[in-house]
Amino acid sequence: MALPKYTEPHYRIWHYIYLTICAAVFFFLIAPLFVIFPLSFNAEEFLSFSDGMKRLDPDAFSLRWYKDMIYGTKNPWGLAAKNSFIIAIFATIGSVILGTVAALGLSSRHMPYKGLIMAVLISPMIVPLIISGVAIFFFMAKAGLAATHTGIVLAHIILGTPFVVITVTATLSGFDHSVTRAAASLGSDPVNTFMKITLPLILPGVISGGLFAFVTSFDEVVVVLFLAGLENTTIPIQMWTGLREQLSPTILAVATCLIILSTLILVTAELLRRRSERLRGINR
Amino acid sequence: MSSETKQILTTDGIPLEVSLKKAERKNKIKAFLLVAPLLFFLIITYVFPIGDMLFRSVDDKMVTQMLPKTFKAMENWDGQDLPDEEVFAAFHEDFIKLVEDKREGKLSTQLNYTKNGFKSIIKKLRRASKKFEEGNYKEQIMAVHKRWADVEYWRAIQRRAPEFTGQKYLKGMDMYVNEEGKIVSVEEDRRIHRVLWLRTLEIAFFVTVFCFLMAYPIAHLLATLPMKYSNLLMICVLLPFWTSLLVRTASWMILLQQQGIVNDFFVGIGLVADDNRPEMMYNKTGSYVAMTQILLPFMVLPLYSVMKTISPSLMRAGKSLGGTPFVAFWKVYFPLTIPGIGAGCLLVFILAIGYYITPALVGGASGTLISNQIAFHMKSTLDWSFASAMGLMLLSGVLVIYWLYNKIVGIDNIKLG
Repeated sequence: MALPKYTEPHYRIWHYIYLTICAAVFFFLIAPLFVIFPLSFNAEEFLSFSDGMKRLDPDAFSLRWYKDMIYGTKNPWGLAAKNSFIIAIFATIGSVILGTVAALGLSSRHMPYKGLIMAVLISPMIVPLIISGVAIFFFMAKAGLAATHTGIVLAHIILGTPFVVITVTATLSGFDHSVTRAAASLGSDPVNTFMKITLPLILPGVISGGLFAFVTSFDEVVVVLFLAGLENTTIPIQMWTGLREQLSPTILAVATCLIILSTLILVTAELLRRRSERLRGINR
Repeated sequence: MSSETKQILTTDGIPLEVSLKKAERKNKIKAFLLVAPLLFFLIITYVFPIGDMLFRSVDDKMVTQMLPKTFKAMENWDGQDLPDEEVFAAFHEDFIKLVEDKREGKLSTQLNYTKNGFKSIIKKLRRASKKFEEGNYKEQIMAVHKRWADVEYWRAIQRRAPEFTGQKYLKGMDMYVNEEGKIVSVEEDRRIHRVLWLRTLEIAFFVTVFCFLMAYPIAHLLATLPMKYSNLLMICVLLPFWTSLLVRTASWMILLQQQGIVNDFFVGIGLVADDNRPEMMYNKTGSYVAMTQILLPFMVLPLYSVMKTISPSLMRAGKSLGGTPFVAFWKVYFPLTIPGIGAGCLLVFILAIGYYITPALVGGASGTLISNQIAFHMKSTLDWSFASAMGLMLLSGVLVIYWLYNKIVGIDNIKLG
């Protein structure tokens, strides 16, 4: 954002102040994440930079905590990771199916009581998590699903569907309904039309909704804290326990892995968003 | 040709209007059937349980069911003097039954909530009741302890007769019903919940303000920079957004600890002495800093999506009409961003008001919010009806904000990244 040559000096100064403020805010946003990265390679048990690390001494760095994460005795991370992935995958599948089908109905201009139904469908996103946690716990306890994988998956479907509904409805808002009518006039039944025409066109929205649902489930701790038993422990629960009891560098190793995972998800989401915009013909 | 316009018929001979209505109804049902699975799933697993919370929060059947005969007999009691033999006999009958089921302990806990001092006299009554003779229970019970002869205690029992109570809500606001049946506040030094509500509002408000002040310039920068730079900077906003909440909280715990990097930096530039490092975590500061950083993307994204739609020529027009850049910004640009400001602020405020994880980890005792109290009652004291009552109080606050959000921005305009 270069300034034109005729800019007066005090605006020039103001402009540089503005840029400095922006730089500071960006630093505030991103820097905390990068602290974790080097510290997870710390050879010592402290959570601050040792003198050796400041001198970039190779001996001060090690993979010790990563080894501990994978092979450590009474290691909870293996089970937690397995549970987290299983729960997140099933919750994502459930959310995507329920959410996409509901979004198709919601985008129809014939849908009655659209506002009210939309409010109900996205309410799990607006209601504070702690309240959702209490309510869902009461239901699961009554249904006998507390401390089971099924219960947690159902809970995460509740929390994940609003994201799918919102992203898919947004994609459908730019959807040209004459293509489905064309398909119908050529003799295709509705299911076939959906699979062959609609789904490929709205796929970016579906996948990015699915990513939101996956991350929501994978990162969810409030509801799981109420629901999970010892066997249902997940990565967030282990991190929560670890952070409450004592901050060990092993947690930083796990955190580094999670940051890498979220970077991958971010890249996927961004690519999908751009593809979706291209398909909808939005040029910015 | 007749002067009357003929009704238009379809090929089936049905009037077009009827046929059209039928088709529309069919479309309506079709659309509804698509939404139905998710709607019913959510109603059963989510909306009803929230209703269940409402029911639990006012439910007070426990004592009602423990002393059915007593409350029946009490209907004829005016509450002025000690109740007569009929009430005592009924109470004795209920009590013997409770002792048989070993539930008299629960009764004493429950009655103790209403008035202190029931625990010991119920224990004494249980021991004495084994030797009770038939008839004249009033004398016998009153002889067990002098409090059984105190009319205040019988009034306290009578207050537990209704099946529903609002006392959990009063407790959530540090109020209770006193002996005369009036609603009063608890003593000054025991008003823990009011402090928590105020602190929750305060922290949510200031976090929203901080987020707004920080997000506005960077959203503006992102919206005005050429695409190739702004995409790169957008990663700085989106990466934290996609990163686990616990990871971000963990990084703040590392940064803010006493031997942490922020403190090292302050010592390094000579702001604080090495032996006098300030406590930046386990207090309000910790909650403020960590929550602001964690919620910042939720402010940037709506602001950005609104600013993106504002044409830069508007600012140029403002300037060419004689406004200084500041006037042009304030009179032209800023009003156009108000929808984004509304969306971002309400989103951040709603999220902040219900925050649980981050305050619990970095907030310490002075930085925890109402959510932490709800979780405490759910998991530690197991007073679920109180947790439900506080949850619903919080929820009604959020719904008011949600309603405002809908009025100002419209719920359909939520944008996610």
